[in-house]
Amino acid sequence: MSDLSHLLDGEPIVATAGTDMLAESIEQQGAQVTRSDWRPPEAGTEAALAALAADGRNKEANTTAVERLLAVRPQLVDVSVARDVFPDMTPRTFFHAGPPLTWDRASGPMRGAIIGAMIYEGLADSPKDAEAKAARGEIELSPCHHHGAVGPMAGVTSPSMPVAVVADGAGDGVAYSTLNEGLGKVLRYGAFAQEAIDRLHWMDAVLGPVMSAVLESRGPIDLQSLIAQALQMGDDGHNRNRAVTSLFLRDLGGALVDGADAPVDQRAEVFRFIDGNDHFMLNLVMAAGKLGSDAASGVPASSLVTVMARNGTDFGIRLSGTGEEWFVAPAPPVDGLYLGSFTEEDASPDIGDSTITETVGLGGFAMAAAPAIVGFVGGTAAGAVRRTLAMYEITLAEHPMYQIPMLEFRGTPVGIDAARVVRTGVLPQINTGVAGKVPGTGMVGAGLVEAPMECFAQAMRALSATLD
Amino acid sequence: MIARVEIHPGRYHDSVRLMQASKALQNVEGITDALVAMATELNLSLLADMGFDMDAVADAGPNDLVLALRAEDEGAIATAHQVLDDALTHKTAPSGGLDAPDPKTAGSAAAVADANVVLLSVPGEHAFVEAMEALEAGRHVMIFSDNVPIEQEISLKTYGGDHDLLVMGPDCGTTIINGIGLGFANAVEPGSVSMVGASGTGIQQMCALLDDAGVGVRHALGTGSRDLSEDVGAASTLQALEALEEDPATDLIVVISKPPADPVAEKVRQAAAACSKPVVVTFMGETTLEEGAGEVLAVLGKPPAEYGTWPAANDDHRPGFVRGLFSGGTLSSEAQFVAAPILGEIGSHEGDEGHTFIDYGDDEYTQGRAHPMIDQTVRLERLAAATRDDSVGVILMDVVLGYGANADPAAELAPLIEEAVTAGAAVVVSLCGTRGDPQGRDAQAAALNTAGASVFLSNAAAAREAARLATARTSA
Repeated sequence: MSDLSHLLDGEPIVATAGTDMLAESIEQQGAQVTRSDWRPPEAGTEAALAALAADGRNKEANTTAVERLLAVRPQLVDVSVARDVFPDMTPRTFFHAGPPLTWDRASGPMRGAIIGAMIYEGLADSPKDAEAKAARGEIELSPCHHHGAVGPMAGVTSPSMPVAVVADGAGDGVAYSTLNEGLGKVLRYGAFAQEAIDRLHWMDAVLGPVMSAVLESRGPIDLQSLIAQALQMGDDGHNRNRAVTSLFLRDLGGALVDGADAPVDQRAEVFRFIDGNDHFMLNLVMAAGKLGSDAASGVPASSLVTVMARNGTDFGIRLSGTGEEWFVAPAPPVDGLYLGSFTEEDASPDIGDSTITETVGLGGFAMAAAPAIVGFVGGTAAGAVRRTLAMYEITLAEHPMYQIPMLEFRGTPVGIDAARVVRTGVLPQINTGVAGKVPGTGMVGAGLVEAPMECFAQAMRALSATLD
Repeated sequence: MIARVEIHPGRYHDSVRLMQASKALQNVEGITDALVAMATELNLSLLADMGFDMDAVADAGPNDLVLALRAEDEGAIATAHQVLDDALTHKTAPSGGLDAPDPKTAGSAAAVADANVVLLSVPGEHAFVEAMEALEAGRHVMIFSDNVPIEQEISLKTYGGDHDLLVMGPDCGTTIINGIGLGFANAVEPGSVSMVGASGTGIQQMCALLDDAGVGVRHALGTGSRDLSEDVGAASTLQALEALEEDPATDLIVVISKPPADPVAEKVRQAAAACSKPVVVTFMGETTLEEGAGEVLAVLGKPPAEYGTWPAANDDHRPGFVRGLFSGGTLSSEAQFVAAPILGEIGSHEGDEGHTFIDYGDDEYTQGRAHPMIDQTVRLERLAAATRDDSVGVILMDVVLGYGANADPAAELAPLIEEAVTAGAAVVVSLCGTRGDPQGRDAQAAALNTAGASVFLSNAAAAREAARLATARTSA
């Protein structure tokens, strides 16, 4: 039976947008009607939306892109060293979070992290020296995202740092991230005190080599399975990684005890370090996300958001259909809860590549899975659930592996469609940490932020310009 | 100033909850500094930075809760303990279900309900994107909105045609599917007559006439006011005609349109002729809806109908021109088509000399207002103005009933009709409604008639009567 004769065969089931009176009069006749809370699209995107609808390729392109995003099987295969895995990295190169940035526009925590990394690399002997050299252009800055990599907060990655190598078990993609230092006075939050530098040295001398040896004896670790389990144990994969880190450590435990070639005291140090850092897995979750995001990029006419990232100054996004172009707007302030006596006065604007988690259906999008951190969303589990439910409006799929028990194991909303963002005004909800704005401060809190509408509006206009 | 550091061994709370609790403590009057946290290395270093005595926490570990307070007095510390206990044992009422937020687009609403028709009345410039989304999801679309660019209409109808999906509109006022009206529609009895119409009020008038003659209606598929233009080429009309031909419960099909472009009219006539079921084609401007309804009755083997008429008690009136005040565009143009041979030239804009028939449903008169079928304010004003205008002898109005229309139009009109009749003008009403309409057709007719109007179910009959009154008086 054809679609049209099917329509004429029974009573209509109607969905409406616009005047409520029309929906009412259908109800009055006892027929079934579902209303929408429609609003006009973001001003300045009307023509782009119409062009995309007329072009006709968008829907299928988005399906292709999100399928690619979901098809990757991220595996942690090794821990290597930055200079060995990034061919374009010179001894003076520093990768950073977010869209491209120059020193003169860099925020406090970004400057702090670069200063710390320069001291760590032996390129400067004091913060003052580092600042002067950076200001003279003696270093090269490049976004992590341009090199298949991601880094939380400042995301600063320098040549000597150990990096996790995450490979696609179902394809040939590879993504990288630094290893997580822990909370507090750490480089990624812009701290450059000796304590932070010492920790970095320990990480490249002990943590990296031990993990590499252990992974070699144990074999690759399936990250997606750990993340999927952790969502059912109260993690969101961004602001809460306690469960996934615990699972990871269990998984690694046997090989860590067996020893590979590493001395026992070093293996014990590694065990304690991971155990003492609830966010150890964050960087690996991010690299797993980057793998999917890279796989989804480059599909013509697709409005899928492949990247959301911030450098402390700008918030930038990329779309599958516009390739490597960034669409940026000022990084917004974070609505946060603060540590100790810090307040929002001490906070730097939003920073970090960790929004890759929201891009792949975690973090703010998986809030309903993480009742332990509902304090960020008004303190109720219902608030967390509403937050996740709202994201289905702007996403293209439900994640086949990342499921939320409280939603009857519905998959998390995944694959942000920029077209739906500008049409509905619903902005991606992000869970994030907050860095102190004065270089050297470190972490001051954690909270929530919304991706700026302006990025999506620009991106949609650019996408429409790529259509014939 | 008192500084206090306490350890609560083994009392675990999530760090987020503890940050909230710290915030609550900081807001307690008399507390100048507060931290409640698990005694991790990070938190202990924060504690040290805040200047608290670290001796008390020397043995604390990450599974122990530490509370540090700096307060003006013991009272504040006691209050802080209370606040902390509240914060950490705080229980919120059950969330009351996991309600999803309202869908934000018709497409999402349709997905929730698995709807088969998406009805759009968003501003015309935004309708295309919503409509295309609905079509791409395999749903039929009715676009009530007007001001949709014609190339977008063509693009939608091309897609719909290729995918066996019906695009009703843009500017589609009325559709009835299996007796359920979408947009402005009258309550119809079940029947075997189906319609395809490029005109909403044309469909409504046909429903009203057939209903009065005891003929039921199955479907009435609106196609939008421009469907029979040369550019659109009757795309939806032909598609709907074909679907109705296949519909086993439809025995007779009526096609209704304002005068179409010539080559398009020919195409529609050919399709009608090729149809295996009888098709009555009513192109207004060539014929009237009353004549169309007559043809339907003839095909069905029924006698010609005497459509409902409620004559005014007194048709004596002052001399003058006919002033037509319409809410339905099709009713207005049909009335002109009928009356022009009798009255001669008829203006269609306010300020025109002589007889004028004006469509107050036109964009020109609806800026910032609902359609005059819903909001009669403008027509009520013009009715009063016509009463005061000595050059007007006959006032001709349509009153459209049905779902979506004003709940009781006669109640608003009656006092003004009385005034008009008292002032010597004749009032003729074309009442477009069915017996089942929620407003109550006969009660509306009675109220209008009691106020002094002549009421006709047939729009053509009302127009003839208005013209007759005006000329009878002129020649007298």
